[in-house]
Amino acid sequence: MMEPLLDVKELTMDFGGLRALDKVSLQVLPGEIVALIGPNGAGKTTFFNCITGIYKPTGGNVFVTPPGKKQRRISGMKTHRVTAQGMARTFQNIRLFPEMTVLENVMIGRHCRSRAGVLGAIFRDRATRREEKDIVDKSYAILEKMGLAGEVNELAKNLPYGAQRRLEIARAMATTPFLLLLDEPAAGMNPRETDVLEELIRRICTEENIAVLMIEHDMRIVMSISSRIYVLDYGKMIASGTAPEILANPVVIKAYLGEEDVDVPAS
Amino acid sequence: MDYFFELFLGGLTRGSIYALIALGYTMVYGIIELINFAHGEIYMIGAFTALIVSSVLAFAGMSGPSVLFLAASVAIIYSAAYGFTVEKIAYKPLRQAPRLSPLISAIGMSIFLQNYVMLAQTSDFLPFPSLLPELPFLESYGLKIGSSEFIILVTTAVSMVLLMLLIKFTKMGKAMRATAQDRNMAMLVGVDVNRTISYTFIIGSILAAIGGVLIASHIGRINFYIGFIAGIKAFTAAVLGGIGSIPGAVLGAFILGWTESFATGYVSSDYEDVFAFVLLVLILIIRPSGLLGRSTVQKV
Amino acid sequence: MNAFAQIRQSLIIALWFMFITFPVLVVRVNTIEKVVEWRWLNMIYVGIGSFLISFVWRYFLERKAQGGKEDTHPAPATATEKPFMQRLMAEPRLYRPFLIVLSLFGLAFPFLPFASTYQINIVTNALLYIMLGLGLNIVVGLAGLLHLGYVAFYAVGAYSYALLYYHFGIGFWVALPIGALFAAIFGIILGFPVLRLRGDYLAIVTLGFAEITRLVLENWNGFSFGPSGIAGIPRPGLFGMEMDLHQGTIYIYFLMIALCLFTIFVVNRLQNSRIGRAWVALREDEVACEAMGVDPTTAKLTAFALGSTWAGLAGVVFAAKTTFVNPASFTFLESAMILSIVVLGGMGSIVGVIIGAFILILLPEYLRAFSEYRMLLFGMIMVVMMIFRPQGIIVGIRQIYEFKKVAAKEGNRQ
Repeated sequence: MMEPLLDVKELTMDFGGLRALDKVSLQVLPGEIVALIGPNGAGKTTFFNCITGIYKPTGGNVFVTPPGKKQRRISGMKTHRVTAQGMARTFQNIRLFPEMTVLENVMIGRHCRSRAGVLGAIFRDRATRREEKDIVDKSYAILEKMGLAGEVNELAKNLPYGAQRRLEIARAMATTPFLLLLDEPAAGMNPRETDVLEELIRRICTEENIAVLMIEHDMRIVMSISSRIYVLDYGKMIASGTAPEILANPVVIKAYLGEEDVDVPAS
Repeated sequence: MDYFFELFLGGLTRGSIYALIALGYTMVYGIIELINFAHGEIYMIGAFTALIVSSVLAFAGMSGPSVLFLAASVAIIYSAAYGFTVEKIAYKPLRQAPRLSPLISAIGMSIFLQNYVMLAQTSDFLPFPSLLPELPFLESYGLKIGSSEFIILVTTAVSMVLLMLLIKFTKMGKAMRATAQDRNMAMLVGVDVNRTISYTFIIGSILAAIGGVLIASHIGRINFYIGFIAGIKAFTAAVLGGIGSIPGAVLGAFILGWTESFATGYVSSDYEDVFAFVLLVLILIIRPSGLLGRSTVQKV
Repeated sequence: MNAFAQIRQSLIIALWFMFITFPVLVVRVNTIEKVVEWRWLNMIYVGIGSFLISFVWRYFLERKAQGGKEDTHPAPATATEKPFMQRLMAEPRLYRPFLIVLSLFGLAFPFLPFASTYQINIVTNALLYIMLGLGLNIVVGLAGLLHLGYVAFYAVGAYSYALLYYHFGIGFWVALPIGALFAAIFGIILGFPVLRLRGDYLAIVTLGFAEITRLVLENWNGFSFGPSGIAGIPRPGLFGMEMDLHQGTIYIYFLMIALCLFTIFVVNRLQNSRIGRAWVALREDEVACEAMGVDPTTAKLTAFALGSTWAGLAGVVFAAKTTFVNPASFTFLESAMILSIVVLGGMGSIVGVIIGAFILILLPEYLRAFSEYRMLLFGMIMVVMMIFRPQGIIVGIRQIYEFKKVAAKEGNRQ
C-alpha cells in the first residue's frame, strides 16, 4: 500500500464545551482527489483549520509524508510551517489580498520557497535579482495555466468572482504543494464555471501531480471528480468510500435528508 | 498598619474612578469592538463642564449641595451629548471599514477634543471647587475615611448596581447584550442597532462624567490633559479584567487602583504612571484575554 | 432629500452644536478674579459653521455611499484628475522634468535670497518629519501595524547621541549608526512580545510603552538628567571645518536631504521586495498571509525593527540639529503628528508621505495664525481622512510587471 500523503488520526477539537470534531480520521493518497462532504455546520472547515494549524486541535495527530521524504507530524505546527511542509489551502469566503495585484498575490505564495531578506531587498545583489526573477516567472507560469495571464497587473479586488476563486487556487499552487486543500471551490459558481473548475482541478491532479482534498457542497462535481469521499456529520466521520458507495449508504442519506429518499444527481 | 490602610483606601478610591471610566471602554468594546480613545476626553469634558457650572453658580452667590447637584447634572448631560455626537461623527460612518480606520479616527477625535478644550478654555490647571459635602458622622463612627472618599465609594457602588440592573432587566439592556453577541443577528430579530450603540455611548459617557466630577472635586484641580492619562489607565483596567466584560472592568479597576496606590506608597512616587503602563504591557503579553475575559476563536 | 428637509436637518445640527459647545466655547471662568467671561460670538460662529459644514459633510457622505464601487471603473467625475496623478508618477517622461526642477530647487534653496537661517531650519524640520513619516510608513502603511509609540524610538536615537557624547565624547557620525542600532534593538525587544497581539491592542501597548519611556527619561535623573535634559550636544562636523551658525544650518539641511534620499531609496526598494510584499499581504489579510507560508512574527518584527531604525536615525539628527534634548520633545503628540502625516499622505505611499509632511509641518509655520490650531487640525485630519479618503492624498501604487506574452496577446485582441 502507498504511504498516505496526509494521515489524520482521531482528530478532536473542542470549543469550550462544544465538541466540533470527534475523533476524525482521514487519509489522502498520492494522486487522489478526495472530497469531504457533510451538512452545514458539520465541522468541515474546522477540520481544515485544525490540520493547517489555524486552530490547535484538542486531541489526535496529523501526519504528512511529502513525496520522497519521511513522515512528519504537523499537528500543533504553526500555519506557515504547515504550508512550508507542502500543504496549501484556499478559503471558503475568498481571502485574497485585495489591494495587491493578481501577480503579487501569487508571488506571496512563493514567499516560503525563497529567502531574500532586508539586506537583499536594499542592495539587490545578484542572488536576490535572480530569485526575484524566478518568483515572477514561476508565478506568471501558474497564472497562465489558470487562465489569468491577461490580468496580471489588475488589483485582485477588481477581478470577477470566478476569477478570484481561480486566483486563490493559483496562489496556493505557488507554494509548490503536494497536497491542495480547497474549501468549497465551486461555491457561488454557475454550472459553466463549475465545469471549468472541475477540469482545472483534474489537470492540477494529473499534470502537476498534486493531490487534492476538497470540501464541496456541489454534489455534481463531488460525484464526478472524487476518487474517494468522506462524510462528516456533527463532528463525526460517518462514512467514507467511492461515489457509488456513498450514494448507496443509508447513514449518509439519513444525515442529509432525514428519513426521506435521497435525490443526488449522479453524473 | 495605619499606613497600609491609608494606601488600601487610596487604592479603593482610585479604583472606583477607574472603574467608572473603564465601564465605558468595555461596554463600547463589547458592542462595536473599538477602543474608544476619545472616552478619556468625555470624562475630561464632564469635569470641565462641572467646573464651569459650579464656578458660575458660586460667583452668583450660590453654595451648598444644590451647586453640586446642578453641576453634576449638567456635566452628565453634556458628557452624554458629547459621547453621542462623537459616535455619530467619527465612528458611525466607519462601521464597515477595516479595523484600523475607526481606531485612527478615534485617536483623531481624542486629540481634537483635547485641543478644543485647551484652546477654548486654558492650558493651565484650574482649581476645582470642593463640591462634595463634609460628612461629620463618619468621624463619630470612628471611621478613618475622608468624606470625599466615602462619597466616591458610595456613588460608584450605586452607579454600578444601577448599571447592572439596567443591563439585566431593561429592554435596552437586552438589546445591548444581543448586539454585543452578534450584531447582524440582533438586527435580524428587530433590534435597532444604531440606537443601541448610541445608548451604549451615552451610558458610558454618563458614568465617565460621574467619575470626572468626583475625582475633580477630590483632587481639586483639572486641566485639558487629565482625560488622556485617566483614559489609558481605565483602558488598562478594562483590559486587565477582560475587555468586554463588565464585572471584569470593575475588578481590573480595583486591582489597578491598589497596584498604583501600594506601588507609589512603598516603592516610589516618581513613577506613579509607569506602574499602570507596565501592568498593561504585562497583562497583554501574559493573558491578552484578561482575568475574566473569554478568549475568542477567530472565525476563518 | 429635498432642499427644505436638508435645510431643516442642518438647522437642527447647527442648534445641536450650539448647545453642546456652549459651556466650553462660550463660558470662560476666571477663577482668580472670580469673573465669568461670556463669549456669545463663538456661539454664532459655531451655529453658522456647523450649518454650512453639515451640507458639505452630507454631500460627501452621499457621494461616498454612491461611489462604493468607484474603484472598479473610475467615475467620470474623477477621471480627469486621477489618471493624471497616476500617470505623473508612473511615466518617466512626465515625472522626470518635474523631479529635475524639484531637485534644482532643493539644491539652490539655502542660497536663495529669502532663505534665512530660520527658513532653512523650518524646511530641515520638514525633511526630518519626512524621514520619520517614511519610517513609520513601513510599520503602519505597509505592514498595517498601528504604532502609537513611534516617538519612543525617536527618543532612543536622540538620547543615544546625547549620552554617548556626554559620557564618551562620541561624535555625530559615529553616533548615527549606533543610535539607529540602539533604536532597532529597542524595537525588537518591545516587538517580540507584543507583536502577537491584535491590532488595537498593539496600538495601546505601543502607546503605553512610549509613555513609560518618556516617564523614565523624566524621572531617572541619574541616567537622563530628568526634565532639564542634556544641552550642548555638538552639531555634525565636516572634516573638522569651522562653521558659523548659518553655514552649520545649511550643512544640516543638505545632510537631511541626503538622508531623505537614502530613506526614499531604501523604502522604495523594500516595498517591492519579497519582504515588502509580505508586509502588504500581512496588512491585507493576516490569516491568508500566514496560510500562504509567510511567518507573520518575522515579517512584523522586521517591519517594526526597520521602522525603529529610522526613528533612531532621525533622533540622532534631531539631537544634533537642536543641540539639546529633553523629554518634553517626545510626547504622545509627536507620535500623533507623525501618524497624521502618514494618514494624510497615504498609507503605503512614499510620495504621499512627503507631501503630507510638507503640508502638516510647513503650513502651520507659514500661516502663523494657524500654528495654535495645529494639533486641533491634526486630530480633525485623522477623522476626516478616515471617513472620506482612507487611502490618503496619494494612493500607494503597486509595481507593474510587463510580460512580452501579455503584450502580444493584447496586441492580437485589438
